Amino acid sequence: MARNLARSTTRHTAQHDPGGGTGSGSPARRTARAVVVGTATALALTACTAFDGGGSGNGSGGTTDDGASGDAPAGGTGTVVLVTHDSFALSEELIARFEADTGLTLEQRAPGDGGALVNQLILTRDAPLGDVVFGIDNSFASRAIDEGVLEPYSSPAAGEDVARYAVDDEGHLTAIDVGDVCINVDREWFAEAGLPEPETLEDLTDPQYRDLLVVTNPATSSPGLAFLLATVGAFGEDGWVDYWAALRDNGVKVAGGWSDAYYVDFTGPSSEGTDRPLVLSYASSPPYEVPEGVTDPADAPTRALLDTCFRQVEYAGVLAGAANPEGARQVIDWLLSPEVQADIPGSMYVYPVDSSVELPESWATFAPPAPEPFEVDPAAITENRDAWIQTWTNTVLG
Amino acid sequence: MPPTTTPRPARPRGVTPRLAYRPGVAGRGVVWALVTAVPLVFLTVFFAYPVASIVLRGFAPDGAVDLTAFGEVFARPRTWRIIGLTFAQATVATAIAVVLGLPGAYLLYRCDFPGRTALRAFVIVPFVLPTVVVGVAFRSVLAPHGPLGFLGWDGTFAAVVAALVFFNYAVVVRTVGGFWAALDPRAEQAARALGAPPWRAFTSVTLPALTPAIASAAAIVFLFCATAFGVVLVLGGPRYGTVETEIWVQTTQFLDLPAAAVLSVVQLAVVAVALVVAGRARDRRERALQLRSAETAHPHRLALRGPDRRTGDVVAVAVTTAVGVLLLALPLGTVLVRSFRTRDGWGLGNYVALGTTGGPNALSVTVWEAALTSLRVAVDATLVAVVVGGLVALVVSRRPRGRAGRRAVRTLDAVFMLPLGVSAVTVGFGFLVALQRPFGLDLNLRDSLVLIPIAQAVVAIPLVVRTVLPVLRAIDTRLHEAAAVLGAAPGQVLRLVDWPLAARSLGLAVGLAFAVSLGEFGATAFLARPDQPTLPVVIFRLIGRPGADNLGMALAASVVLALLTATVMLLTERLRAGGRTTAAGEF
Repeated sequence: MARNLARSTTRHTAQHDPGGGTGSGSPARRTARAVVVGTATALALTACTAFDGGGSGNGSGGTTDDGASGDAPAGGTGTVVLVTHDSFALSEELIARFEADTGLTLEQRAPGDGGALVNQLILTRDAPLGDVVFGIDNSFASRAIDEGVLEPYSSPAAGEDVARYAVDDEGHLTAIDVGDVCINVDREWFAEAGLPEPETLEDLTDPQYRDLLVVTNPATSSPGLAFLLATVGAFGEDGWVDYWAALRDNGVKVAGGWSDAYYVDFTGPSSEGTDRPLVLSYASSPPYEVPEGVTDPADAPTRALLDTCFRQVEYAGVLAGAANPEGARQVIDWLLSPEVQADIPGSMYVYPVDSSVELPESWATFAPPAPEPFEVDPAAITENRDAWIQTWTNTVLG
Repeated sequence: MPPTTTPRPARPRGVTPRLAYRPGVAGRGVVWALVTAVPLVFLTVFFAYPVASIVLRGFAPDGAVDLTAFGEVFARPRTWRIIGLTFAQATVATAIAVVLGLPGAYLLYRCDFPGRTALRAFVIVPFVLPTVVVGVAFRSVLAPHGPLGFLGWDGTFAAVVAALVFFNYAVVVRTVGGFWAALDPRAEQAARALGAPPWRAFTSVTLPALTPAIASAAAIVFLFCATAFGVVLVLGGPRYGTVETEIWVQTTQFLDLPAAAVLSVVQLAVVAVALVVAGRARDRRERALQLRSAETAHPHRLALRGPDRRTGDVVAVAVTTAVGVLLLALPLGTVLVRSFRTRDGWGLGNYVALGTTGGPNALSVTVWEAALTSLRVAVDATLVAVVVGGLVALVVSRRPRGRAGRRAVRTLDAVFMLPLGVSAVTVGFGFLVALQRPFGLDLNLRDSLVLIPIAQAVVAIPLVVRTVLPVLRAIDTRLHEAAAVLGAAPGQVLRLVDWPLAARSLGLAVGLAFAVSLGEFGATAFLARPDQPTLPVVIFRLIGRPGADNLGMALAASVVLALLTATVMLLTERLRAGGRTTAAGEF
């Protein structure tokens, strides 16, 4: 390949210098042909390799058709395109079974997460990226609905739990999973220091916990925004700013992202910090820190403070203008099926929306979800997001 | 046999010169137009058109152009602060990278010592590491409890600059080094023989000769620094912000496209200013230099002691060792050492886990599968980047007689640098908006898998151009003329004069393009398929989950990425070495 290329580069480059005029017409034309052929070959080769990579169960790789055609091509099957974030994962067997049961081919696209995902759906409203979206969270839910990127659908598989998280009455979005963003505490650190572990948001402003907490920036980090929303839910639109002023005065540290807050500043067992035993993370984090053989939650090295949580809800919805709306609805039913719901904790690190589904053992022991997380109305989040983040920045960073 | 000096005479052709002349010129015009058109079309479809589409969308959401966003954005004091910070960050980091990179380039490309080839490969490693890993590694070193915690750099401007130098040091070393290696040492030797002290010979002979390559490297580094994203977020602390991070926040958090569009225009302006300055610096210095084939410009052995001791060598070794240890080895060592730490002590557990999908289903593919995907995409991206970048370098290396022609060439040169200086968010969103039906054609490029290597190639092309171009431009035109006078057809002139010299820098370019593709995360993140993630995407996901297993795997995967890159670099170095001994035209 390289050699082909090299040759075509040499040939086509030819004759630029008007002074070197011994060339004749025909070599020049041959050169021209070489350029075209060479470039075409190169592009074709590229295409080949790229498509080789497309083998793992996502059909043709969907290049020239609109990818989401409901009309069956040759074999009596269609394609349904799932637009999601790059943390989307489910067991291969589940996906294979879905495809076998429905005759559909599930194709995944992951153009971003959180706001990037929603903004892209808005921008591509006229030519949707796919048929069904999964991964819009409650902080962007109203925005997505207001912008008209979704088609209402009420799944027969939806139970009470789904109804509880409904964003609107028409059913534009269906809750699939939930995740609790909570302060995590390094229990070993507190035991050694002889301090009682904090329990509530108010405790965090107690001077005995001065300089012990690290959180993330709500402007750039999704758990950061969730924690800001927890304080809005807890103290109301009038009280949360004062709370953050108190946190600031008590030495809260703000990191850029979750990874460096957790792995650099936090003192937990897999982290290397030495002075911040309180970190903003998830209710589902503690099991990952439990050494093998430990079965009693009292012996877990870290735990989540369940009175400090905000619940992130992830929704799925049928995209307006979907080429295969029927397939899209089937995907939503499938996401709510007991098999997929049971697979969600292990695959995506969040809780299934269906509370009747049994959690994996380590989760049931070490990662119970918050009984009463703080809530903020999705419409209020959409309306105030900018102002809240701005106020937060002015208050905490000054 | 240095091919440059012995062009073979042209084979006689069956046409008389007079008859051949006119069609020849016309044919050449066609070829020339084609050679220019291929990269231009490529850049238009895969860069200019998407970027213009998304920016226009910001200014004219409902069809009517509304420029009030300009006033609003510029009225915010924050905007001016981030523009200032962006300039400061990029300028300081570029200056330091160049100052530190020059001794490195000298040492690795002009001196001979055991382990040189391995070092050359090692130097490029930081360039490909995922920023989130580097961010964590840097913070581990700089945090109050880290080995350099006493500096108090955690969350400061200094930390961001240090990380940017870490990433871009290799760009300076390789771009300048590749050129330096081909520079005829006899001018400097003559200066020394005439009595100039070594520093004088360096500053008045070698340094001016290197200026085009230095300006090239500086321009690339500046653009990379001005558009840095991950390190700025992780290392700069929450108060810090640049035009790039602001575009990202406006686009993905506030969904404020008009503001993002204004900032994209600001970014383009910053980049344009940088390119004009770099272009000026190059033009002033650029002339035909004596480039030699490797045989005559062979590197000398390091002389640190004894009667042949060279002060320059001592300085180069001292600076490069300091950079190597403090800036490169410390963060890289942190990653390497921690990759061996598992839940149950030290061991290879994390590497064993790379063959799995992680603890409790952390991933949908194994890390090795992701590595394979990365390699595959990188081959495609490199191919595209080298073809298109090579064409651009060739066109831009010409020196048209007319003023307009010269200006056109210079503009073309600058235009192909732009992709480095434009936010990945802007490009990524542009792809989505523009490529579903590009130019109204019924051709859905948006959902095509080919877009991933192409997006990476767009970023790699400027590096290819900047690596090959200084060499092509520095070829003495008299060599062309001599070849032509001896009867070589224009094609043969290129094959026998330009190609042998350019081929060696093309090896470097292939390596850089490959590295860019392996490490690219920004634009790729918008096009990724969750079931076929690349290595950086997998690392990003692993380090976003808690627990020793996930962190350990993320770091082990980063080490794999580093080794992969270093291996590719070693191979391209071999290609270069091979090209030296075999006949011209071999690659």
